[in-house]
This record gives sequence, structure tokens and C-alpha cells, in this order.
Amino acid sequence: MGSIRDKVAIVGMGCTKFGELWDKSIPDLVVDSCYEAFEDAGIEPKDIQAAWYASRESGFTGAHLSRALKTEYIPVTRVENFCCGGQDVLRNTCYGVASGVYDIALACGIEKTKDHHGGFGLFIQEPLDRGMTEWDIPPASQFGQYATSYYYHYRDYYGWDAEGFKRLLALIDVKNHHNGMLTPKAHLHREITVEDVLKARIISWPFGLYDACGMSDGGAAAIVTTPEIAKSIRKDYILVKAQALAAGAGQSTMQQEFDFLRFPENVAAAKSAYKEAGITNAREEISIAEFHDCFSTTELITYEDLEFSPRGKAPEDVQAGRFTLEGEQPVNTDGGLKCFGHPLSASGLRMTYEIYKQLQGKVDNPERQIKNPKLGLIHNIGGNVGIHMAAVTIYGLPE
Amino acid sequence: MVGITSYGVHVPLFRLDRQVIGGRGEKAICNFDEDSITMAVAAANDCLNGTDRETVDGLYLATTTSLYKEHLGATTVAMATDLRQNTYTTDFGNSLRAGTAALKAAIDAVQAGSAKKVLVTASDCRPSAPGSALEQNFGDGAAALLIGDTDVAVTIEGSYSVYNEIIDVWRNNTDTFVRSWEDRFAVEQGYLPTMYEAVSGLMQKYNYKPADFAKVVFYTPDARRGAEVARRLGFDAKTQLQNPLFDVMGNTGAAFPLMLLVAALEEAKAGDLILLASYGNGGDALALKVNEPIEKIRNNRLGMKGHLTSKRIMTDYLKYLRWRGIVPLDKTPGPVATYSAVAAKREYNQSISIHGSKCKACGYVQYPPQRVCTKCHAKDQMEPYSFLGKKGKIVTYNLDYITPRTETPIATTEVDFEGGGRIQCYMTEVDVDQIKVDLPVEMTFRRYPLWEEVSLREGVYLYFWESRPLRA
Amino acid sequence: MVGITSYGAYVPLFRLDRQAVGGRGEKAIRGFDEDSITMSVAAARDCLNGIDRETVDGLYLATTTPPYAEKLGATIVAMGANLRRDIITADFANSLRAGTNAFKLALDTVKAGSAKKVMVTAADCRLGIPRSAFEQNCGDGAGALLIGDTDVAVTLEASYSISDEIVDVWRPEGEQFVRYWEDRFATTMGYLPVVHDTVSGLMKKYNYSPSDFSKVVFYAPNARRCMELARSLGFDAKTQLQNPLFDVMGNTGAAFPLMLLIATLEEAKAGDLILLASYGNGSDAFALKVHEPIEKIRDRRGMKGHLASKKVITDYMRYLRWRGLLPIEPGVKTVEFYSAVAAWRERDQNLRLEGSKCKVCGTVQFPPQRICTQCRSKDQMEPYCLSDKKGKIATYVGDRITPMPEMPTITTEVDFEGGGRMECYMTDVTLEQLEIGSVVEMTFRKIRVEDGVHIYFWEATLPRT
Repeated sequence: MGSIRDKVAIVGMGCTKFGELWDKSIPDLVVDSCYEAFEDAGIEPKDIQAAWYASRESGFTGAHLSRALKTEYIPVTRVENFCCGGQDVLRNTCYGVASGVYDIALACGIEKTKDHHGGFGLFIQEPLDRGMTEWDIPPASQFGQYATSYYYHYRDYYGWDAEGFKRLLALIDVKNHHNGMLTPKAHLHREITVEDVLKARIISWPFGLYDACGMSDGGAAAIVTTPEIAKSIRKDYILVKAQALAAGAGQSTMQQEFDFLRFPENVAAAKSAYKEAGITNAREEISIAEFHDCFSTTELITYEDLEFSPRGKAPEDVQAGRFTLEGEQPVNTDGGLKCFGHPLSASGLRMTYEIYKQLQGKVDNPERQIKNPKLGLIHNIGGNVGIHMAAVTIYGLPE
Repeated sequence: MVGITSYGVHVPLFRLDRQVIGGRGEKAICNFDEDSITMAVAAANDCLNGTDRETVDGLYLATTTSLYKEHLGATTVAMATDLRQNTYTTDFGNSLRAGTAALKAAIDAVQAGSAKKVLVTASDCRPSAPGSALEQNFGDGAAALLIGDTDVAVTIEGSYSVYNEIIDVWRNNTDTFVRSWEDRFAVEQGYLPTMYEAVSGLMQKYNYKPADFAKVVFYTPDARRGAEVARRLGFDAKTQLQNPLFDVMGNTGAAFPLMLLVAALEEAKAGDLILLASYGNGGDALALKVNEPIEKIRNNRLGMKGHLTSKRIMTDYLKYLRWRGIVPLDKTPGPVATYSAVAAKREYNQSISIHGSKCKACGYVQYPPQRVCTKCHAKDQMEPYSFLGKKGKIVTYNLDYITPRTETPIATTEVDFEGGGRIQCYMTEVDVDQIKVDLPVEMTFRRYPLWEEVSLREGVYLYFWESRPLRA
Repeated sequence: MVGITSYGAYVPLFRLDRQAVGGRGEKAIRGFDEDSITMSVAAARDCLNGIDRETVDGLYLATTTPPYAEKLGATIVAMGANLRRDIITADFANSLRAGTNAFKLALDTVKAGSAKKVMVTAADCRLGIPRSAFEQNCGDGAGALLIGDTDVAVTLEASYSISDEIVDVWRPEGEQFVRYWEDRFATTMGYLPVVHDTVSGLMKKYNYSPSDFSKVVFYAPNARRCMELARSLGFDAKTQLQNPLFDVMGNTGAAFPLMLLIATLEEAKAGDLILLASYGNGSDAFALKVHEPIEKIRDRRGMKGHLASKKVITDYMRYLRWRGLLPIEPGVKTVEFYSAVAAWRERDQNLRLEGSKCKVCGTVQFPPQRICTQCRSKDQMEPYCLSDKKGKIATYVGDRITPMPEMPTITTEVDFEGGGRMECYMTDVTLEQLEIGSVVEMTFRKIRVEDGVHIYFWEATLPRT
């Protein structure tokens, strides 16, 4: 088996403001995100030879992208993979270039969840035609199961009561909200305190209002090319070091060995990505990361799954502030899903946008710029328990 | 001087041959994709032909067959006729007199100086039970009058109103069909005495005699009763009474008085005095004087005459019942779609106002509005472009006989427009023998015929523009 | 000078304690025998206190909850308010803006000289799905304004309107409950920007600044959005914004802007400039100036009087029964058929409460007679209206057998000041409140719906204030 490491480069990116964009249509988001990417790369729309378009809620086929941009009969593929859509669309674009067939390709992820009643609704319904005999379990209850296990397993060790556990999780929420304040393109700009988190309405214990990300609209795009062509476009292109995607096979909900203290899909994706990138100590080597903080415990458990913290020790690192802007390993420097919301197929590309700008030293608000990051990592996980899709991509600057 | 400066009407294309329901003549019936809103739009656009839309300050819609109890119809009509955003819109409801109530209010508004031009449109497609006398009499249609203070073709000389609280002809919120008490009671205690009272009240107030009027235009529930009132009041029903058009159209509810007025105006000449009287829980009587500018209005519109002669006779009663939703349709599952009020709001400009965009860089007209020009790829260089009133031709088309819908075949057309632009759209009132490439077509505002399930589920009615063969 | 010469309002007696549905405060709920028509009659009568009914030349009714799809509501209200027959009548429909639509067009009618006095009544009793946020917020009520050209208390200085197509809050024909899209869409794309643009349009066009207005009256879907709107326009929500009364009444639909205006006018003084803005597929904004004659309109029950007089209901099931959302046991039906003919014949006695007075002996009698009950004179009667007369209970009884939304059903014999007696139902009262000799007044209510007809009549009740 081969590797994607250093085979493709990102030379331009665009990202719209995320939020309740009532007056923006799908074509608007495509045009705004892709044109920012074109300008950033200094290329023309007609230079794109192939495109990949990701959306879960906002359209079938690639026609939404071709019609908005007026591409000239180039191939456009539609990608969908729940919350990993944004990473998966980039993944496919990279393989298109790495195959040697396309020199310059476009990845774009768009979601208009707010066009539906209150967002994409509480349930993940698959397939569309159903006998309707299964329960529809909302995401909060899917991810909440992990929170419950984690609390029960570690509460004696850490001396938590129910409030104590929530206080720990609150630190993650406060961190992300603080970072969001420094990010103009984020949807939410609101500083919160631990007390705010504790007082908030409970959705599904331990998740209160501030422990869960909201739904929003947004779009982002990336221009992918070979490192040779990248060199001729700009000095500060970024290289893709690894791209991993792991699909669950239902193990967690069918096999008793699975303990709900970890996401097996996360663990598998991380292993694959680190092998591909040649990383042996993620805790030391990854400078900055964007995690899928759909819920606070998802971020907490991912610290361990991705080996940023030893198994069972993430709470200590959280308490110590390791993952804050000032810490040793900042995670979600732009406020994460908490502050951007989660337009499913756009999130992975929005995370890439943050890492891209951070590696280049060109973040729009210097107050959240990390000094000299070397390797950046993005992570997404989505879907139902047992059949999660987890994705990890690692980026770095050219030597 | 305040009064009518333009008029327009819409009589649906289809006529039901009354022989199939045991009567004589024809009655005008809505197509399955028409309703009080679409007909009002057609009449309003007919009326505003030649008027700068920017100059209209208000639009009053009158109907007893509103699709909503809470959602203005006038705003939809205002968007589909391209009026300004700060136009004054209001709905008059619940009465066959709503049309004249709106007319009077519009005259007051211009007279008071609150507006310089107000469009009044009355439109109805009242539901009647199969086999009933009401079914024999009812027709569907709409009329529009532009009220202004310059180039006034018809001035309002005076008016008089009286109300009559009576349950004669009515429809409760939960009723499917309009009800009527026994005809003799409804006419003898309702219609006849009230019309008499309203008209004689007017004549007394302003000292008119029957001979003063060139024409007398009466709302009438059937072909005979109008003449009876006319005779009682001292008019010559043969020479003075406007033909109530029962043999070719039928009683069009709140629109009826205004449509018959337009028919009268089409024959009137300067100096004529016309009496208009409506009925519905009371009567409104108005005296109208015709002036020179009437000649200018007559020529560039189809009017009642043109609409009445342009027709297709229907003899298939079952089809009529299907169109009315009285006979249920085969509920074959349709395409999966969820309605989004958010997306709909963003798209009103293109879906209701039929605006495309024109590229300022290369001049290319496109629909729907784009950000990136389809021709030169310039980005965000667009200005709004209205297709309202533009003539087009069929470039290509397709007839689908398979998909079960209210009417088959379903025709899809690509239409190229004079002045630029192409629109892909459904075609309505398809004449299978006539449809061909290069067929001249015009655009018409209709209820979107697919997504019936969506309307039922979401409680929202969807509108769109379709192509159709030229009416004239 | 044309403008408001009188005002009146009606808030139903009953209030639902919102704790019953997990909220705070109270909302006004119509009795099971009330609707938009009956509430309009009450508001109109309040407005016409001390005013000669004969002088009213028109009546405009505004509501999104009319009893009929085809039949004027305005004529029923005109009868209940005992107005002349040769007047202009029209129903304004389909919009929460209908109340201000009717107000604006009534001003045009009087200004144009088509009428000297026009009554505008707006009423609504919108229904929300049980336990929804909408149900929490909406209330029932009516407001009335008399528009005229003499002794004008409030003039229209300027107005501005915007028309806006949007599906945010709506109700299709044939459906009972109001539907609504996600609140954030409805407020961010509907209410807030449209009213904001309309009010700032008015202020820009006529050169007003926020401090020019003593009071600002806004239609609002809830209390929070009201303050948000006020602040976004530069008004001081604390001192300038008319309290939208959500804690004691709720959003009364098409009537809301007029009722809140009336609440403002009850405190206003000559010289005040008031801003009024409605919302519903667009917005109407008005700048209104108050003049001296406002002091002459103080003797109305209005908002203050009606809000202070209340009975609080804590039983949510009772409210559901009243709305017909909880079925009640069907009673044994006596054999009777509705007759439109008989109803038409009796319309003046039923709707105007018109009896007859004998010209020979002066005896007042109800229903109207041809032969005098006292002196037996024949055909010597003149019409005599009882609706505004106070009366006393001669006797009364409570029926606990016939299943009705409220039990027992109270029947009474009312002896009127000035003569006349009639038998009628009582409403809004309990047996415990009554004695022989209790003072009562008459109120216009709906007895029932039969064969697609809404049957209205008068009932006795204890004086509201």
C-alpha cells in the first residue's frame, strides 16, 4: 500500500462566514468560498480541471457546483460522508491529483442546514425509505452514551460527582468559546464562564446548552495541486502528510467487548494517519489541531483516542490548560464546532482553513495565531454509534 | 378628479358546457392550476400593461376564496406584478361586495391624497356542490381597476351603501361548498329589496332619474334577477341593463360587478353615465361618468371581449370535478421533497416576480438570477431583469404522458425571450395539436401543479410562472 | 383635520394562568361563547359610549379569525353596535396588519369626504397547538377606534408602509391552528428587519428622530423581540416603549397594535407624538399626534378597565374544553331546525336587542309585540333598544343537566331600567355571585353554531367595571 504523504499541496483556500445565513443560497456559498480560494491561489476558475463537491443536506450530484461556478464540462463528483464529508471531499480531490491525472483540482463543501425547520433536525434518518420500526435516536443521545460510560468509569479515580464532571467538561466549552471570540468568521461570539455552563438547560446529561454545538450554514473550498506546481504559485503552500478515514462496522453496538470509553473509529483513523505521516509521538509532534467538538465529551475522549493524552488522563491535561491557546497543544484555536456550528460537509474544510492559515502565519486575527506551528491535524467523527465515520488529516509546511 | 384610469380582466380559458350539467350555454372555469391569486395576477398585469409599475402606490385584493386566513394575498399579487416594496397592500374578504368595498376605499385613498395610484383587483373561484343550482350559475374570473387622478377615464360621481344582515348565500369556514337558503327567500328578502334600496338610495341622494344612465351594471345571482330589479327601479332592462353574461361566463362572485363594469366600459363613450351596484350582505351603488381617455384604454388590452372569445369548451364533467378536487386523484407517491420557507423567501424574486439577471459586463440576460455570468463568467456584475410581459418562443419541449398528475401530458418547455434570456418551465393549457418548436408563448402565473402533497403537509401554496400558448 | 375621535377596547374576563402551561403571567382567553364578532361588538360599544349611534357612517372589521369564509362580519358587528343601515361596511382580512389597514383606509374615507365617522374594530382569537410556545404567547381581544373630522383627539401626521412576501407565521384556509416556521427565521428575516425598515423609512422620510416620540407602540410576537426592535431603532425601551402586556394579556393578533395604541392613549396627553407600527406580510408605521380632545375620551372601560376586571383560570382542561379541543359528552338533542327565514325576520330583536315600546301606555316589551302586553293596543309600537340598558335580576336558576362547556347553565329574568323584562342566559358568572336584585348588563355572545350558521344573541352578565 502506498501513501499520500507529500504528494499533494494546498495552494488556496476560501471559507464563508458561518451562521444563520438566511439570505444565502447554495450557489452563493459555492461562489463565495471558491472565489476566495481562487484569489488566494492566484488562479482562474477555468484552471480547475476536476472538482469534488460535498453536501449532505444541500443537493445531490455535482451540478450545484458546476452551475454556480459555470465550469466548462469538467468532472464534478458529489461526496457525502456525514460529518466527515468535508475531509472526505478533500481526500478524494487529493487522490485525483496524486493519481497524476489532474494537475489542479477543487474541493468544496457546502451545507445549508438552516433551510430546514430549525436545522437538520434532531435525527439522522437512513435510508429515506424505511419500514420505520427502529428508534430514531438523536445525536445528543448517541454521543451521550460515551459520556455516561466515561463518567462512571473514571469518577472514583477523579473524585467526581455529577457536578464535578460537568465542571471538567465546562473547561473545554469555555476554552472554545474564548477562541471563537477571536475568530471573525465564527457564528457565535460569546465569552462564557464555567458557571454559565453549569446553569445552562440540560439537553441530555451531561450535555447542557453549552456542551453541544449548534446547527448553521457555511461553506469552504480548497485548491489542490502537485508540490511542483505549488512551488510556482507560492512559497507557503501546505503539504498533506496523511489522510485517514475509518468506517465502523457496527462492532460497538453488537459486541460486548466494546467499552464506550473510546471511539474505535478514532483510534483506527489516528493509527493509520500517524503511520502514513511517520509520526511516533503525537503528543510531542502535533503542534495544533482541530477536533470534532460536537459535544464536549467527544473532544475529551478524542484527546485520548488521538494520543494527545494517555488513555484515561485527558482530564488532567484539560485541567492543566494544555489545549488552550497558550497551552502546549492548542486544540480548536478558532472556536471549533462550538462557535462555528456544524454544516456537516463544510466543517472538515473549515478546519483545514484554520490549520492552513495557522501554518502560513496568516490567521485573520493575530491574537489567536500560534507561534511556528509545524504539523497541524484535523479530526472529524460522525454517524451513529457503532457505524461512526472518523477521519484524520495531517498537514505540514514544506521543508 | 379621481377615478378609473385603466382596467384589466381575466376570464379562464376553459368553459364548461352546461349541457353536461343539464343547463344551457357555458360557464368559465379555473384550470386546475389557477386560483383567486393567479387570476388576480393575470387581471392586474393586464390592467397595468403600459403603466410604469414604480408609480403604483397600493394594491387592494378582494375575494371570498382566499387560500389563507392568515397570509396576505395582496402581497403575492404585488410581487407578481412587480410593484415597489413600499406599496400599500391589503385584502378585503368575506363578501361578494368586497370588490366594490375595495373600489370605494381606493377612490378614498387617492381622493385623500394618501396615494396617487391604487390597483384594485377582485377575483373569485367559489366552490359549488355538484348538481346544485349554484354550480349552474357560478363562474370563475377576475377584474382589475387602476384608480388615479390623472387621465381619468371614468370618474366616480357618487356612491351609496346599505347593509342587510341575512343568511341567504354564505360559506362557513368549515364548509366545502357555498350554501344557499331557499332561492325564493334569498332573492325576495335578500337580493331584490337590498339592491332596490341601495340603487334608489343613490338616485335619491344625487337626484338621478333612470333615464340619466346610459348603462346599468348589476351584480345578479342568476340570469333573470338583475333584470327584475332593473325593471322595478324603472330602467329599461333591454336597452340599459348590462348583459350579465351567464350564457358565456357565469356569476364570478366578488369579481362579478367589476367584470361586468369592464364589459360595459368596452362599449361606453365619453359622456355616458353608468350605474354600478353590487350585492352581498348589503349593496354598494356607484354612479360613474365616462370621459375621453376611455378610448386610450380600450385598445391595448384583450379585455372582456377578447377573453370571452378566446376559449376551449370542456364537455368532460369528470375532468372538471377532478380539477376542483371534488373527485380525488390517484395518490401515486411523488418525488421526495421538503418545503423550506427560508429557501422560498430567498427565491421570491425569481419565483413570484419572474426576475432574472442581466450581466453588466456583457449584457447577457439569464434566468434564474446568477452571481457568475453564464456567458462571460464575470462575477457579481448583475442587475435585476424582469421578464414580465416579455414574449417568447418555444425552443424545444417534451410531453410526459406517464407521470400521473391532474392533467396529462405534462409539457416542459425551453422558452427563448425577445430581448434575451431563456427559461425552462412547465407549460399550461397545452394544446397537443398546436405545440411545436417556434410556437410563440407568453408567461402566466400559476399554482405549481406538482408537490400537491407538500401543500397539504406544510399548509403552504406554491406559485410559479409557466409558459402557455398566446391567449389572443 | 381627520383622526381618532374615540376609542374602546375589550379584553375577555377570563385569564389563563400560564403556570398551567409552564409559563409566567396570564393570557386573556375568550369565553366559549365569544369570538371575533362578539368581542368587536363589545369594543365598538365601549368606543361609542356617549356618542349618538346614528352618526356613524361606516364600519370596518379587521380580523384573521372571522366566523365565515363568505359572509360579512362587519354587518353583524354593525347590528350589535346598533348602527344605521345605510353605512359603508367591509371586512379586512388575512393579515395581522388588517387592523392598521382598516385604520389607515378609514382615515382616507373620512378625509375624502365619503363619510364623516367611520368605526374601525379589530379582533382576533387565534389558536395555537396545545402546549406550543405560540399558544403561550397569543391572547384574545378587540380594539375599536372611531375616525372622524370633529373634536379630533389624535391626528395622523405621517405614515409609511412596506409589503413583504414571506411564509413566517400563517394559517391556510380550512385549518384551525396557526402555523409558524422556525422562530429565528421568522424574526431575523421577517419581523425585525421589516418593521425596522418601515419605521426607519417613516423617520427618514419625515425627518423624525427617536427622541421626538413620547411613546412607541409595536406589534410584537413576544416581549423580548419587542424590546430588541425598539433598541435597534434607537428608542429607550424603558421609558418610550409601550408595555406589550404579555404578562397580562398576550398577543391579540390583528387587534394587537390597536389595543396597545389604546393603552398608550389612556395615559397620553395633548402634544404627545406617538409611533405605531404593525406587522404582517409587511408593516404599517404611523406618527400620531395627540390633541386636547383626548381628555374627553377618558370615560371608557378601555384597556385599563378590562384588564383590571378578571377571573383567572388555572385548569388547562377547562380551557381545552372551551376551545372544542376536548370533546364533551353530547347532550340529548331536542328536535329543532335552524331557519334562516325566521332568523332574518328576527334580526333586529336578536342582534340589536330591539324590543318595542307601546305608544299608548309606554310599556316596554321584549321580544317586540304587535299587541301590547299591558293595554292590548294593536300596532301602536315604536322600536326600543335594550342593549345599553342596565337591569336587575328578578329571578334566576342554574341547570346542571344539559351538558355545556360550562356548567351550570344560568338562566335569568332581567328587569330593565326604564321598563321591559326579558329572559336570557347569563354568562361569565357563577351562581355564588348572584342574588335577586343583582345589577346586570347585556353582552353580545354566540349561542351556538348550527348548520354552518353562527347564531348570535344577547346574554346578561354582572357589570364588567
